[in-house]
Amino acid sequence: MKILIVAETDGGRISEKTLPAIAFAQQKAPDNFTILTIGDNLQGVESLTNYGAQAVLTVNHPALAKPLAERYAPVVAHYAQQLGADAIVATTTTFSRDLLARVAGLLDAPMLSDIIALESAHGKLVAKRPIYSANLIGTFEVEGSPVVMTVRGPAWGKPEPQGAPSPVQNAEAPASIPTRSEWLSLQGGSGGRPDLTQARVVVSGGRPLKDPETFEKYIGGLADALGGAVGATRAAVDAGIAPNELQVGQTGKTVAPELYIAVAVSGSVQHLAGMKDSKVIVAINTDPEAPIFQIADYGLVADLYQVVPELTELLKNSRG
Amino acid sequence: MKVLVSVKRVPDPYAKISPNAAGTDINRDGLQMAVNPFDEIALEEAIRLKEAGHATEVVAVSIGGAECQEQLRTALAMGADRAILVQIDEPLDAPSVAKILAAVFRREQPSLMLMGKQAIDMDENQVGQMLAAMLDLPQATFASKITLENGGATVERETDNGIETIRVPLPAIITADLRLNEPRYVALTGIVRARSKPLETITPADLGVQTRARVRLTQVEAPPARKAGKRVSDVHELVRLLREEARVI
Repeated sequence: MKILIVAETDGGRISEKTLPAIAFAQQKAPDNFTILTIGDNLQGVESLTNYGAQAVLTVNHPALAKPLAERYAPVVAHYAQQLGADAIVATTTTFSRDLLARVAGLLDAPMLSDIIALESAHGKLVAKRPIYSANLIGTFEVEGSPVVMTVRGPAWGKPEPQGAPSPVQNAEAPASIPTRSEWLSLQGGSGGRPDLTQARVVVSGGRPLKDPETFEKYIGGLADALGGAVGATRAAVDAGIAPNELQVGQTGKTVAPELYIAVAVSGSVQHLAGMKDSKVIVAINTDPEAPIFQIADYGLVADLYQVVPELTELLKNSRG
Repeated sequence: MKVLVSVKRVPDPYAKISPNAAGTDINRDGLQMAVNPFDEIALEEAIRLKEAGHATEVVAVSIGGAECQEQLRTALAMGADRAILVQIDEPLDAPSVAKILAAVFRREQPSLMLMGKQAIDMDENQVGQMLAAMLDLPQATFASKITLENGGATVERETDNGIETIRVPLPAIITADLRLNEPRYVALTGIVRARSKPLETITPADLGVQTRARVRLTQVEAPPARKAGKRVSDVHELVRLLREEARVI
């Protein structure tokens, strides 16, 4: 199988969210994958050269300065065809969901979203992926080539560094890039904290945190004491307590950190869908019947306003 | 301006879902079905565009068995003007659905197509983008705000990095995210009125489309269960266990 990996970029810089897709390729096609990077004056391309890719192709063009699927998709389709790729792969993110399904449409290719396992059987690819809000796992047979895939980050982890560095090759953008879609702005940012989907520790807060200041003080404070990222429930986001991009769950992000601390999170099915693969889960909640306790490794029935500052202090002191 | 909205029949989002005895599908006995919640949001947005004077007609389309009429009636009761069922009983994959929708789009020639960003059964999040590619139209996925002006749409999108704003000329395909709006409850008068609204049934062959699913669901299983752990009495015990037992801090 020949794999084309589509690196995640914001148009100017390579994102480390690309790494699980590379880990996937190392397992499934160790000597037969190429990484495609798209943007304008792209920085950080060399960070992808340590993982055994045959080449890291880099397409720079002013029309590709922002990550618009309509503009990027023909570039991906062009190089997938030119390389004769059997699989076009990226880590599951909003970037790849937007882009790769459009690529599949351009190539009339079948697509598998968010896969957690892939085998070959009787000449067909057989993949597993979460369905019904990750309440169930579905097994899918797919025929045809190429197949477009997004791979669920936590299921594939990080790639292994390899010996000889991959060559970086400048590649031309296809002659016509559609420029109907225009990028206007991006509001957000993690405020210097680690990326939610990459962080080793995630601290999440729910609706009881009252307002943005309280949320930041208690949840942000605890996250900072652990060097972690901040997450939130849908209810907290809907109530305007936390920004949208912090939402963990079915319609938000999927995370699987080493440590997930859920503070005043009841544990709805939709929230659990986004975090139940975390290695260690801690739940802090006043309600002893909260469903989150059914999946937590360590549960503390307590008032967050009392124990979160205690915990934050204890962690700060023991760190220093 | 005409707005086309696709509506998928899926299990009710609050229904308990489990594998069937053979492990080949979910257990569908007595399962309550509903309009895919993201499609409901797309439909609500289309109806609001009509109420605001931007749209003149809202057309709902569903693909599937005769039972999908139920969801189309719901769409009509919410405020769609007419409905189209593309009747097909075999399972479809996302490219097949996109091909059928592309043919409906070509027949209807709407200025805007709205649809949910994903269906809550297979959670694939593919059809809108595939459709946009097949029709060679701009796309704006995961929309949390849509403003129509000067022949285009300015769309706020929910991305992993924050709210991104893009502008697309119409016609375009826009997929709805959770925070685009809160769909209305269907009023009794709407249900009564829906009975007299047109619901047309056609087949893929009528549209000149042949489909064959290349992605097939063969097995359904429950994920490995996670066991409840232990209760701790205070933060000191918690920190000790995280350090000495779990070794994560």
